[in-house]
Amino acid sequence: MLIDGFRDPSLAENLVQRVADTAAVLAEWAQKADGMELKLMEVCGTHTMAIAKHGIRSLLPSNIRLLSGPGCPVCVTANSDIDAIIALSRVENLTIATFGDMLRVPGSSTSLEQRRAEGASVQVVYSPLDALRLAEAQPERQIVFVGVGFETTSPIIAATVQRAAAAELLNFSVLAAFKLVPPALQVLLEDPELALDGLILPGHVSTILGVEAYDFIAEQYNMPAVITGFEPLDILAGIDMLLEQILSRQQGDSLRIGNAYARSVQATGNQQARQSIDTVFQPVDATWRGLGVIPASGLAFRPEFARYDATQRFELDIEPTVEVRGCRCGDVLRGIIVPPECPQFGRACTPTRPLGPCMVSSEGSCAAYYRYNIGGVAGGVGGVGAAGAAGTADATGIAGAAGAATTTSALSPSDCTEPIFPLNT
Amino acid sequence: MTNSEQIIMAHGSGGEMMRELIAKYFVSAYGAAELKTGDDSAVVTLTAPDQPSQGQQLAFKLAFTTDSYVVTPLFFSGGDIGRLAVSGTVNDLATSGATPLYLSVAFILEEGLPLATLEAICASIAATAAEAKVSIVTGDTKVVPHGKGDGIYINTAGVGAFNNQQPLSGRFCQPGDKILVSGTLGDHGVAILAARETLSFQAEIASDVAPLNHLVKQVLHAAPQTRCFRDPTRGGLAATINELASQSQTSMTIDEAAVPVKVAVRGAAEMLGLDIFQIANEGKMVAVVPPDQAESALAAMQADPLGRDAAIIGEVREAPPPGLPAAWLRTALGATRVLDMLVGEQLPRIC
Repeated sequence: MLIDGFRDPSLAENLVQRVADTAAVLAEWAQKADGMELKLMEVCGTHTMAIAKHGIRSLLPSNIRLLSGPGCPVCVTANSDIDAIIALSRVENLTIATFGDMLRVPGSSTSLEQRRAEGASVQVVYSPLDALRLAEAQPERQIVFVGVGFETTSPIIAATVQRAAAAELLNFSVLAAFKLVPPALQVLLEDPELALDGLILPGHVSTILGVEAYDFIAEQYNMPAVITGFEPLDILAGIDMLLEQILSRQQGDSLRIGNAYARSVQATGNQQARQSIDTVFQPVDATWRGLGVIPASGLAFRPEFARYDATQRFELDIEPTVEVRGCRCGDVLRGIIVPPECPQFGRACTPTRPLGPCMVSSEGSCAAYYRYNIGGVAGGVGGVGAAGAAGTADATGIAGAAGAATTTSALSPSDCTEPIFPLNT
Repeated sequence: MTNSEQIIMAHGSGGEMMRELIAKYFVSAYGAAELKTGDDSAVVTLTAPDQPSQGQQLAFKLAFTTDSYVVTPLFFSGGDIGRLAVSGTVNDLATSGATPLYLSVAFILEEGLPLATLEAICASIAATAAEAKVSIVTGDTKVVPHGKGDGIYINTAGVGAFNNQQPLSGRFCQPGDKILVSGTLGDHGVAILAARETLSFQAEIASDVAPLNHLVKQVLHAAPQTRCFRDPTRGGLAATINELASQSQTSMTIDEAAVPVKVAVRGAAEMLGLDIFQIANEGKMVAVVPPDQAESALAAMQADPLGRDAAIIGEVREAPPPGLPAAWLRTALGATRVLDMLVGEQLPRIC
C-alpha cells in the first residue's frame, strides 16, 4: 500500500547515514563550542507517537536529543476547561460527543470515563459530523461536541457548526477549547530555559496554515525549523533537513523554513479551511497547561454563531479547579523535562492511573515514553536500542546515555538502570 | 483522583486494567492453582473418589474453560455472536492441546428480541459446532426486561480431553523457540468497528471468527514439541506476547515486517489510529515451537484453509534484566520498541 513507500528500510538506512554524518560534523562544531547536544523539539503529538512507535530514537546518533513540546491538544487543555467539559456531563438530557482521547483525562475530581460509569451520557465519535448525526437522530436530546484541537481540528468543527446553522439544528452545540499553534511556538522560542537548536513543525497543522505562517521563526528568531509528515522516512528526512539548517546557520547563512512534507503542505496552506475557522470563530486569549495564558491563542465563537456555544447555552456548575500535586505535565509540555524526569512518572502516574493528561492521551509524551519504555533518554540517546531486543544487559538503552553529556538532565545514568515501570502492573 | 472505585469499560478490554482486576479481585478471592496458571483453559485432573484403595486409581485430565459474548452488533461481516460464542470457547480449549468435546450454551435474552434473530443465531451456533465437531449438551435461558441487555448475551463453557497429548502451557516457552501466527492480524476488530453505525467508514473486511481446533491438531501432529498455543483475542497479539513472556519468564521479539496484515485492515487501522498489534482477532492462533520444528509447524498451518497466511513472526529469548519489558517489536525500519499492552479502551486519536 501507499504508506509502504514511506517505510522503506533501505531508504531509511540512507537517511540515517546522512543524519549521522551531519550530526558528526555538528558534534565537532559543538566540541569547539561547549560540547552541548542538539536539542530538537517536535510540537505535534502525532510526531511524538510516531517517533516512539517507529523507534526513531534508536536510529539517531547520541548527540541528538529529541524533545516533545506542547503538541498534544488534550494535554495542553487547562484543568479548568476539562472541569467545564465534565460539568456538562451533569446537565440533564444532554449527551457529550467526544473524540476518545478526552474520555480518560482527569479533571479536578473525576473524568468523563468515570462520569459515564456513573450513568452520564458520553459517546465517543470519530468525527464531529457523527455528533451532528446524533443530534439529528435524537431531536429531544442536547448533543454537545467537545471541541479540543489545533488548526487541524477546528476547521472541521467550524464546518459542522455551519452545517448545523444551515439546518437550523438547535440541539447541537460545541464547547470550544481550541488552541492555535503559532502563538505557542512564539512562547517556546522566547523561553530562555529551553534553548532549542531546531523545531520539527507539525504536518497536518501546517497543511492548513501553510509554510508562510512560520516565517517569523526564521526571520525573528533565526531558529532552524522544518515541516514534516508522520511516516518514518518523513521524520528522518525532516531531521536531516534540520541538521543541514543548523549547519548552514553555523556558517552564517540566513534561514528559511524547510518543508519535508511538500506532498501535503503548500506555501499558503488551505485557505478554505482557514476561511471556515474565521467565519465561525475569532481569536481569544487562552490558558494552556504549562504555558499559562497566551494572547490570541484560542478560538471563541463569533457573536453570530453564539447560539452554538455550549458555555452560553447551558448554565454549568463547574467545580473549583484543583491542580494535581506533583504532576509536572506543564514542564513536560514546555520541554523543560522529559517524562522520566518527573518523580511521578511510572510510579504514582501510569496510563492505568494517570495523574495528568500527558499520560492519558494517545499523543501525550508521557504516554509515549511509558508505552515504548523510552527510559534511557536522559543523555539524549533515548530509545530502546537494538540491544534491547537481544535482552542482554545493554537492554536498558543507556549504554550511549552514559557516554553522552547529561548537562541538561536531572537523571544520572544510574537512575536510568532503575526500572522505569514495573513489568507486571 | 482517578483511582477507579467502580467498574469502567476499560476493565473489560483485555489490557492492563483487566489483568489488575483479575489479580486483585478474582485470583486473590478464590483463585485455585488451576486459575493461577494464566492459560486460556484450566487443566483439571478427575479422579473417582470412592475407588477402593487397592489397585490403580482412575484419573484423567480434562481441559475446562468458559467465556461470555456481548458483541454489538450481533451480526457483522464474516460472522455473528453465535459463531463467536462457539469458536471462542473451542479455541480456548484447543490452546491447551485438548480435543474440544462438549459445550454448554447459556442465553441472556432481552425482552423484545425478535425470535427470527434468535433463530438465525441458533442456526449459526449449530453450524459452527458441526464445523468444530463438538456437541452442545447443556444450557440455560434467562430473559431480562427491555433496556437491560443488548438483545442477546451468550455464555459458553466447554470441556476437552487429552488423549495421548500432554497439556500445553505458556510456561513451557524457551529461549530459541520460534513464534508463529496462523494468519493475518486485526481482521475481527476492524470488521466490528466497520459494522458499528456510529462510525462512518466502510471497509470490505470480514471477521476471521472460526474454530481452530483442527488446525491446532495438525500443527501438533507436525510439530509434537510445540510448547503452547494462544489465540490473540482482546488485547491482540501484544497482550498474547506479553502474557506468554511473563508466564515463561522469557523475553520475546516480534519482527514487524514478518507479521501478515491485510492491506485494507492496515489502512483502516492507520486511519483510525489503532495499533494493529492491539486489535482483537477471533480466528487466529499463535504457536510457540522449538526452532527445529518451526518449518513443519508452519507448513501444517499453511496446509489448513484457515492458516493459509501463516508466518513465523518472532522468537523467544532469554529473560530481560529485572524491571525491563519482556515483549519487543523490531519495526520494519530495523529499529526496536516495546510491544506494549493496551491500556484503557482502544481509543481513536484526536487529530
